[in-house]
Amino acid sequence: MRAYLAIFGARFRALLQYRAAAMAGLVTQVFWGFVRVMIFTAFYASTDAPQPMTLAEVITYIWLTQALLRLLPWQPDTDVEQLIPDGNVAYELMRPLDVYGLWFARAVALRSAPMLLRCLPMLLPAYLWFGMGLPASPAAAVVFLVSVLGAIVLSAAITTLLSVSMLVTISGRGIHVLSISVINLMSGAIVPLSLLPDWSQPVLTLLPFRGLLDTPFRIYLGHLPLDAAAGAIAHQFLWALGLMLLGRMLLQRALRHVVVQGG
Amino acid sequence: MFEHLRLYTRYFAVSVRSQLQYRASVLMTMIGHLLVTGFEFFGMWALFDRFGQLRGWSLAEVALLYGMANIAFAFAEAAGRGFKIFGKMVRNGDFDRILLRPRGTAFQVGAQHFELVRLGRLLQGLAVLGYAVVELDLIVSAPRVALLGSAIVGGACIFTGLFVVQATVAFWTVESLELFATVTYGGVETAQYPMAIYRDGFRNFFTYVIPLAFVNYVPALAVLDRPESFGPQWLAWMSPLFGVAFLWLCLQGWRVGVRHYRSTGS
Repeated sequence: MRAYLAIFGARFRALLQYRAAAMAGLVTQVFWGFVRVMIFTAFYASTDAPQPMTLAEVITYIWLTQALLRLLPWQPDTDVEQLIPDGNVAYELMRPLDVYGLWFARAVALRSAPMLLRCLPMLLPAYLWFGMGLPASPAAAVVFLVSVLGAIVLSAAITTLLSVSMLVTISGRGIHVLSISVINLMSGAIVPLSLLPDWSQPVLTLLPFRGLLDTPFRIYLGHLPLDAAAGAIAHQFLWALGLMLLGRMLLQRALRHVVVQGG
Repeated sequence: MFEHLRLYTRYFAVSVRSQLQYRASVLMTMIGHLLVTGFEFFGMWALFDRFGQLRGWSLAEVALLYGMANIAFAFAEAAGRGFKIFGKMVRNGDFDRILLRPRGTAFQVGAQHFELVRLGRLLQGLAVLGYAVVELDLIVSAPRVALLGSAIVGGACIFTGLFVVQATVAFWTVESLELFATVTYGGVETAQYPMAIYRDGFRNFFTYVIPLAFVNYVPALAVLDRPESFGPQWLAWMSPLFGVAFLWLCLQGWRVGVRHYRSTGS
C-alpha cells in the first residue's frame, strides 16, 4: 500500500507543476462558462413554465462544471497510452508491483491534481462576479466534498479501464472519441441532468456517469436531501468498485496474451 | 492557379491514401466524431424539448444555424489541419523544409494532412441541415441554395483564417496556444445559436472583430425569412466577401510571421 501511495504522491506533485498550462486553460474555461450561462439564460427567458431547476441553480451548476471539468475521465492516462504501442509496457510488468494498482494510483493523481489546480482560481471569480451561489447548507458542503472524492475514485476507475482497453485495441482513438461524448452527456457536463427528458432519468440514474458531476452538484444545491445523498455516494463507490474489478480482470486476461514486440 | 489546384489534388490524394491504410481505425474515429456531435445535438434537442423555444426560435430554425456552422467548420478543419498542428512543425524544424520548396508556405502547410475523419462532422452537419429544411418546409429555391452555399463558403474561409492566426502565433511562441480554442471551437459553439441571445460585448466580438455573424446569423435570417433584421437586405449576400477578406487579412499576418521565423534548429 505504501508503494502505491508513494506513486500517487509523486505523480500528484509532478502534475501540480503545470501551473502555466492551468492558467491558460482557465481563460478557456471561463469563456465556455459564459457562453453556456448566456444560452441557458436565454432559454429560461423563453418560458414561464416551472422547471426542475431555477436559473440561479443552473448557473451555479455551470460554474461547478467548469471548475471540476478536469476530473472527467476523457482519455486514458497518456503515459500509459504511450507505453502500449511501442512495447515499453514490458517494463511495467517487470516492476515488483501489481500493474493494475500502479495504473490506478497514477489515475487518481491524474484526475485530482489538474482539477485542484484549476478549481480554486475558477471558483473564486465565479463566486465574486459570475453569479455562482454558495452550498445549500454547511452540511451539504461537507457531504459535497465526500461526493467529489467519490467522483475522483470513480473517474480513476474509468480512466484505468480505458487504459486497459488500450492493451486490447492498441490504438484507442475511436474509443476515446466515443467515451468523451458519452461521458460529457451522461455526467451532466453538457446539460444538467435534471433538465434532460423524464424518460431518460432512470437510465441516467442507473449508469455510473451521473456520479462524476451531477451527484456532487445536486448535493451542493441541496436537491438531494442528506439521507438520499448517502445512497447516491454509495452508488458512486459501488460503481467505482465494480469498474475496478472489471478493469483488473480485463488486465489479467490481456496480460496473458500480451506479445511484446522486440527490437 | 491551375497548377496549384493540381498540386493540391496530389497532396489530397496522398494523405487520403495513407489514411486508408488504417481503414478500420479511420471508420471508427469517424463514427466517433459523428457521435460526439450527435450527442451534442441531442443536448440541444433536450433543451428545446423542455423549454419549447428560444427567444422565438424553434429547434428547426436553430438547427439551420447549427448545420451551417458545422459544415463550414468541417471544411475548414479538413483543409486547414496543417495550420492546426503547425506548432509541432515549428518545434521539429519541419518548417525549414517547406521554406526550401518553390511554392507558397501557406499553401503547403494548408494542403498537408487532409483529415478524413473530420468528415464525420460534415455528415452530421448535413444531416442537421437536412432536418431543418424538411421540418421547416423550406422551398429549395435557387436564391436559398445560393445563400446557404455562399454562407458556408464564407464560414469555411473565416474558420480557416482563424487556424492561420493560431498557426502564425506559433512563429513567436513555438507552441499552439490552447487559448485559440475559444475562437475556433468557441466560434462554432457560438454560431450554433442566434446571435441575438448573447450579451452585447460578446456579440459585437463575434460580429465585428471576427465577422462570424455575417456568414451565419445574417444569411440564416434571410434563408428563414425571420422578422429580425440586421442591416440592409443585401448584407445577407455578402458572406463570401467577409470570409475572403478575413482570410486575406490573416494570410497577411502569416507573411509577417514567416519573415520573423527563426528555426529551432536540427
